[in-house]
Amino acid sequence: MYRSHVLVCGGTGCHSNNSANILKAFNEEIAKANLTADVQTVQTGCFGLCAVGPVVIVYPEGAFYSCVKVEDVPEIVSEHLVKGRLVERLLYKEKATGKTVKALSETNFYKKQTRVVLRNCGVINPENIDEYIAMDGYQALIKVLTKMQPQEVIDEVLASGLRGRGGAGFPTGRKWQFTKDAVGDVKYVACNADEGDPGAFMDRSVLEGDPHAVIEAMAIAAYAIGAQQGYVYVRAEYPIAVRRLQIAIDQAKEYGLLGKNILGTGFNFDLEIRLGAGAFVCGEETALMTSIEGNRGEPRVRPPFPAHKGLFGKPTVLNNVETYANIAQIILKGADWFKSMGTEKSRGTKVFALGGKIVNTGLVEIPMGTTLREVIEDIGGGVPNGKKFKAAQTGGPSGGCIPAEHFDIPIDYDNLISIGSMMGSGGMIVMDEDNCMVDIAKFFLTFTVDESCGKCTPCRIGNKRLLEYLDKITSGKATMQDLEDMEKLCYYIKDNSLCGLGQTAPNPVLSTLRYFRDEYIAHIRDKKCPAGVCKSLLQYKIIKDNCIGCGMCQRQCPANAISRTDYIAPGKKLAAMEIDPSKCVKCGACMSTCKFKAIIKE
Amino acid sequence: MGKIKLTTVPFQGTEAQEKELRAKLADIKKLPGALMPALQAAQGVYGYLPVEVQAIVAEELNVPLEKVFGVSTFYSQFTLNPRGKYQISVCLGTACYVKGSGDIINEVKNILKIDNDECTPDRKFSLLETRCIGCCGLAPVLSVNDEVYGRITTKDVAGIIAKYNA
Repeated sequence: MYRSHVLVCGGTGCHSNNSANILKAFNEEIAKANLTADVQTVQTGCFGLCAVGPVVIVYPEGAFYSCVKVEDVPEIVSEHLVKGRLVERLLYKEKATGKTVKALSETNFYKKQTRVVLRNCGVINPENIDEYIAMDGYQALIKVLTKMQPQEVIDEVLASGLRGRGGAGFPTGRKWQFTKDAVGDVKYVACNADEGDPGAFMDRSVLEGDPHAVIEAMAIAAYAIGAQQGYVYVRAEYPIAVRRLQIAIDQAKEYGLLGKNILGTGFNFDLEIRLGAGAFVCGEETALMTSIEGNRGEPRVRPPFPAHKGLFGKPTVLNNVETYANIAQIILKGADWFKSMGTEKSRGTKVFALGGKIVNTGLVEIPMGTTLREVIEDIGGGVPNGKKFKAAQTGGPSGGCIPAEHFDIPIDYDNLISIGSMMGSGGMIVMDEDNCMVDIAKFFLTFTVDESCGKCTPCRIGNKRLLEYLDKITSGKATMQDLEDMEKLCYYIKDNSLCGLGQTAPNPVLSTLRYFRDEYIAHIRDKKCPAGVCKSLLQYKIIKDNCIGCGMCQRQCPANAISRTDYIAPGKKLAAMEIDPSKCVKCGACMSTCKFKAIIKE
Repeated sequence: MGKIKLTTVPFQGTEAQEKELRAKLADIKKLPGALMPALQAAQGVYGYLPVEVQAIVAEELNVPLEKVFGVSTFYSQFTLNPRGKYQISVCLGTACYVKGSGDIINEVKNILKIDNDECTPDRKFSLLETRCIGCCGLAPVLSVNDEVYGRITTKDVAGIIAKYNA
């Protein structure tokens, strides 16, 4: 028996922030203090509050230490573990109130969350199957294999109302039913872990923090539809997730939970990892399968749907990581339990990756139907630096913006669609008054143009044209006619593209047009970028009454655009400077060198 | 998909590398859909995929070189260009972008005088724009090989590069 446990986050965020060395330091310091028999260190998956990483939690007190450095470790060991006194200065402080919070569960960030998918993340050691089993792991698989018929499994998933968490929200049970009913002796189960939306890292955290949950669910799906082989398609950009998943697969095989004759029931199921290679379009289901088959990851025409003709031409169930992470608990706790969470048409919870201009960057899991306000203000801690919230972007390059006027809308699949965005896989990027919405639309379009596979013309050429319109607008060369033509082109691309990538690519443009048309018009008519982002529309100006005439800016200017005027501001000794806009290259060197806040950009 | 850039650096593969690759391919070619894992293994051995290496893959898997080239140029993780000793990656994911990573990458380009996916003539530094690497809490993020620098500003870039130039 250990008297204390030290949990060190080993998710990608904290790992990149040196958490592996923190774990090492703990082990060394604990050994030095002769506590190895009393204190156990555990490397866990993501706790979620990535903004204050690296994160360490010490149980039984549940003390939540944030922004820990290697140098802090000896103090935590000697004070907390040896003397039993909390290290007050490292405890997490609520940013809004400045109040010190002792335990993770006391933070506002956690109080409003419901952790179903993430229940084991940051709690267990993902590299040890025994810890997963201790949390009822593989109980659902045992129940399914020994007490349930395949159809009963599908009925339970259907009854739960679970919808695909990859973005489109197709009912998972129906997908399974189609594949079970499809004719064919060989069938496949596949997992989409090609999480490519910029700013989204839910699936990675599940694979890093609780890989067995995905393996167990895939085995259950295989039993339900009659498959013996599964594939997990993971982004190669997620090395930690890939490694932990492989460890988990190997351990499951060793325990007889994967492989031949699982638990003596005669059921066979094997699982293989396939690595993606950095193509966003491979998140589309048919493109993903084409890629596993060893081809360029181009989508196929549907129908036939994967349920009838999927991987290697065989009936295939393909679900996303987060979808799978719900399955075992639905089987164990029942469809009614799952249905008790969320809204009528969107049951259960959803994980969002909060990022951008928000205090608590990190991973949050909320019941469907939670309002955007609760997510951003209560859980996310609001927008930092006293700036004003402008919009939240969901659904990545396929989604849209939600402006402040929809702050109180309950988040679910259908509500988000109705306001011109979408659930997407769960990225939620917060933007403040300093972000230009036209620039954001251009950013996403640049991404989709880059990632378009080139197979169909509307997407390949249409999106490129669309991007050219946006370029014109942000450089102040567009006309109102361009705006009209651009909007028409958006609908053309949506209606005519082959796959989800092209069909949704214009969404960032359409949704910003819907809510921030005035910003587009300001760029076109007034040749101004209201947020001060679009470089070619910016003007640097000197406020002459603030200028003491020191001439620092003049010396910094690479374009000789700054000269002295005749005007001496009241109370100043030297004449003020001014900028010649025709010579200015808008590098901003003058503004960053001025100590008197005399230079502004607008 | 971006433009295809073929390298001008002469191929310097060794016999030992070729032997290692052929041994790996002997196992991989048994898999259904072996081409992607094969190319991943080849890039693991050589660090990049010049045509000479793609030809070995084509021969071992018994597929046309044209098909291998089609796949290797489709995916952004496969690179036909050698990497520098220090690979600088700048994340242009949404979270980093809204926090100014666009300025960061421009600063790197200015200092090293190379563009995205290029290598300095002395093969010391190469630059790669990357998609979200998932540590959005540290945005904006720049990494040099496995070393991650988070929450940086353009002013930090020169200092970071100088560390590796010593």
